[in-house]
Amino acid sequence: MNTAIMLALAACSTALVAALAPLILRQPVAQRTGLSLLLAVTGLLAMIAGIYGLVLGGDALILPLGLPWLPMHVRLDALASFFCLVIGSLLFPVAIYSQGYLRDEPRLTPLAIFMPLFVLGMLGVVLSDDAFTFMLFWELMSVSSYFLVTFKHENLENRKAGYIYLVMAHLAGLLILGSFAVLYAAAGSFEFSAMRDATISPFWASAAFLLAGFGFGTKAGVVPLHGWLPEAHPVAPSNVSALMSGIMLKVAIFGFIRVCWDLMGPGDFQWWWGALVLAAGSSSAITGVLMALQQHDLKRLLAYHSIENIGIILIGLGLSMLLAHFGHPMLAALGLVAALYHTINHALFKGLLFMGAGAVLHSTGTRDMESMGGLIHRMPWTAALFLVACLSISALPPFNGFVSEWLTFQTALMAPQLGGALLTAIVPFSAAMLALAGALAATCFVKVFGVVFLGHARTEVAASAHEVDNWMKVGMAIPAVFCLLLGLLPVLFIPLMDSVPELLLHASLAGSIHAHGWLWLTPIDIAHSSYSAPIVLIGMLVLGGLAFWLLHPKGRTIRRSVMWSCGNPHVNARMQYNATSFSQPLRRIFAGIYRPEEDLNIERSRHKLLADNVRYAVHIGDMAVQYLYQPIGKLTLYAAKLLQHEHQRGIHAYLAYTFITILFLLAVYI
Amino acid sequence: MSSASVQIIQAVMLLLFAPLAAGFVSTCKARLQNRRGAGVLQPWRNLRKLFKKEVVMAHHASWVFRFAPYIVFTATLMAASVVPALLVDTPLSLTADVIALVALLALARFFLALAGMDIGTAFGGMGASREMTFSALAEPAMLMSIFVLSLSAHSTNLTTMITHTLNSPFALHPSLAFAMVAMVMIAVAENGRIPIDNPTTHLELTMIHEAMILEYSGRHLALLEWAAMVKLLLFSTLIVDLFIPWGMTAQADLTGVVIALGLWVVKVAGLLFVLAVFETSMAKLRLFEVPEYLSGAFVISFLGLLSYYMLEVGA
Repeated sequence: MNTAIMLALAACSTALVAALAPLILRQPVAQRTGLSLLLAVTGLLAMIAGIYGLVLGGDALILPLGLPWLPMHVRLDALASFFCLVIGSLLFPVAIYSQGYLRDEPRLTPLAIFMPLFVLGMLGVVLSDDAFTFMLFWELMSVSSYFLVTFKHENLENRKAGYIYLVMAHLAGLLILGSFAVLYAAAGSFEFSAMRDATISPFWASAAFLLAGFGFGTKAGVVPLHGWLPEAHPVAPSNVSALMSGIMLKVAIFGFIRVCWDLMGPGDFQWWWGALVLAAGSSSAITGVLMALQQHDLKRLLAYHSIENIGIILIGLGLSMLLAHFGHPMLAALGLVAALYHTINHALFKGLLFMGAGAVLHSTGTRDMESMGGLIHRMPWTAALFLVACLSISALPPFNGFVSEWLTFQTALMAPQLGGALLTAIVPFSAAMLALAGALAATCFVKVFGVVFLGHARTEVAASAHEVDNWMKVGMAIPAVFCLLLGLLPVLFIPLMDSVPELLLHASLAGSIHAHGWLWLTPIDIAHSSYSAPIVLIGMLVLGGLAFWLLHPKGRTIRRSVMWSCGNPHVNARMQYNATSFSQPLRRIFAGIYRPEEDLNIERSRHKLLADNVRYAVHIGDMAVQYLYQPIGKLTLYAAKLLQHEHQRGIHAYLAYTFITILFLLAVYI
Repeated sequence: MSSASVQIIQAVMLLLFAPLAAGFVSTCKARLQNRRGAGVLQPWRNLRKLFKKEVVMAHHASWVFRFAPYIVFTATLMAASVVPALLVDTPLSLTADVIALVALLALARFFLALAGMDIGTAFGGMGASREMTFSALAEPAMLMSIFVLSLSAHSTNLTTMITHTLNSPFALHPSLAFAMVAMVMIAVAENGRIPIDNPTTHLELTMIHEAMILEYSGRHLALLEWAAMVKLLLFSTLIVDLFIPWGMTAQADLTGVVIALGLWVVKVAGLLFVLAVFETSMAKLRLFEVPEYLSGAFVISFLGLLSYYMLEVGA
């Protein structure tokens, strides 16, 4: 048993202790402190275990727990270490943030029990080395997060979101179980090591891929399986939303990589797998960002952006699958690294964004962007840290989001001609969709930051907002620093995660990534492409500082005056562009996709040219819900109604059913 | 002459020539419209005037508004210093490839749009919304034409791409023609020129760029205007680099640099003259026809990609 796996198990035990702590700690203050402290320790341990595992390698272990004939197998390999690191690096700041965020929460017990269980579930999934342990922790993660989503169960909205979430999480669980069943049939054992060694026919490999893809895809929120995500994330407490969006979706990505790359292996890949993943990724990226642009509930908007970012990760994974199938292991490794880099980046900046949204919610009491504005003056720290996350998610240099999207672009651009003409065209097309998604994300975050933090306060609550306490500030500052560091020094970080492609694809990027020195990131070699974030940042600081120093008159403050209002003396805050008006051009351009239901009411009592009152309302529904979920729901109800008749038969009918079932089972199994 | 000194000369040159380029375009337009025009030096005079004037800011303008001009200016200048203009292989050209270059300009645009939102006037928000929307729609076309160009060079590094074009025998590549048309269309849109936006407009309901900077004054306005001029020259240089790089020098010797400088001036002036002709002969598009223009650019660049695979692979 080496140090890394010991640390990882220590993290799990700390989470378990945290879940049991409310038995002893009854006071809200004690519960809150205990929860935050123990989760912070869990996060720190997971982070260190991850780094240890990546650098020194992990170990496998059989725990004396579980079923008598199937003890729990745990294993910390490079992939598990990387995801331990992802979990830890967001859990640690979120735990610190929770200490401040939960201060005014009167009823903490459910949160204090289920949040650690949720964390334990995620760590357990990552560490598991047999299908039984995997599913056990997977369900623990799903069920405990259901209780977190319905934490404020007095609201109808939360109960409804929780129900949809539970149904879809179990559908996902069922599909994943099906995928393990296929692998079990090939290997004859639930242990992952046996599944790795087993050979599987192409047909059953494809079946396992599809089941895993749809199962993990549902949990990750891939379009059109994303219906639960924009409902569940906004209603959960913000620290939980940060964890759900930042890490839980990544655990689904982990599961997908584990099943496809590790349990089956690149040798089993077929060309259409990669194409399917690429298509799913592109459509998720575009749909996610387009839907996000039309939201005015801040947390719902962020939830849709999670769908977009999962799409970006899948584009990287799909490219890697395609390139691995066509025999380019180095480029496949680059695609995988791009996807994993975006995984940790998204965990950090989305966690930060949800924490920032939580800070705004905490201080204004609303999630509606239309009633915010001007918060940069009232909450300067939150605004600055939120801006870092906005820049990161918009893929702007020198922050981290740009590095991972740049690597994904490089993978797509360097992909040589693959297979037929269709495949050759689909790769650049998906890269173009990635470019569109990235640019639209920037549009969306100009809207978010502009409407929430800039301009004038639109309501009284926004005008009287207050800055959050130091716990929350520190909780947000840590991921912000990580965002900058991961953006500046990818050259140091990519070699750290290099053992993952080495494990899964037997290809290493370590030789090429910093071949030209630590300043330049060179994914293939210097002649192909290079990017140096440190030079960009230093150059901008020097040039900007020089310009400021030369131009700014010393010792003089800038004269302030009223803003220019075209001569109109009556300017008020409602004249500003708001979230709905900002996205109006896109609503019009993509009207075919959005199908907005618009309602414009103009009252004219005096003259037909003089409007007294104008009201405009717009509603945009989710197409997937409208055209996929509702028909399925209706069909289910209809089928239930047909069967209803059968339920009301006498006892002999039931006996007949039982008899037929037994006959059927005998016929099948003997 | 070391390559570092050429690098510095090149960056300073782009910075100082940018107002001249803007003045050249407006002079050409004036002549084409039978006017005398204010002369090539007029943008320089405007900048000098603005630098001398006092800055006035609205009461509730935040630090975003105050520092945005510096960020926009430095990001644009950083992007400009990455683009090789005279020497093929400059020290800074490795800092950012074409994709990173586009991202640097996106950083400038992000802060410009935020500054537009900061004051809370209807004009600022309107400009920010339109600028971000249209630039987002331009992005896939931009990437696709870069993609076409990088296919034959197997690189997105400007130096490698230019070297590849210089060293390959002259031949007509249909894919490059498509990519060039798309790139020019995108450059026109990105710089806010006719038919997308009118840089000389002021207080017009369809303005985009000017709406965002309406509230700026003094040196802040000067920096933003200057950044816009640098961006125009940057895009011209980029198009020259990618499609007609002949004449650029590989060694940093004096004669080579002087010849490269002369040819660069001629090529950029030619390109800007074409821009002036187009701006004179064309009317501005209706706002909601801009997406069609941009998707047209995307389709053209995609045709370039297809024609590369169909006509040029292996040929």
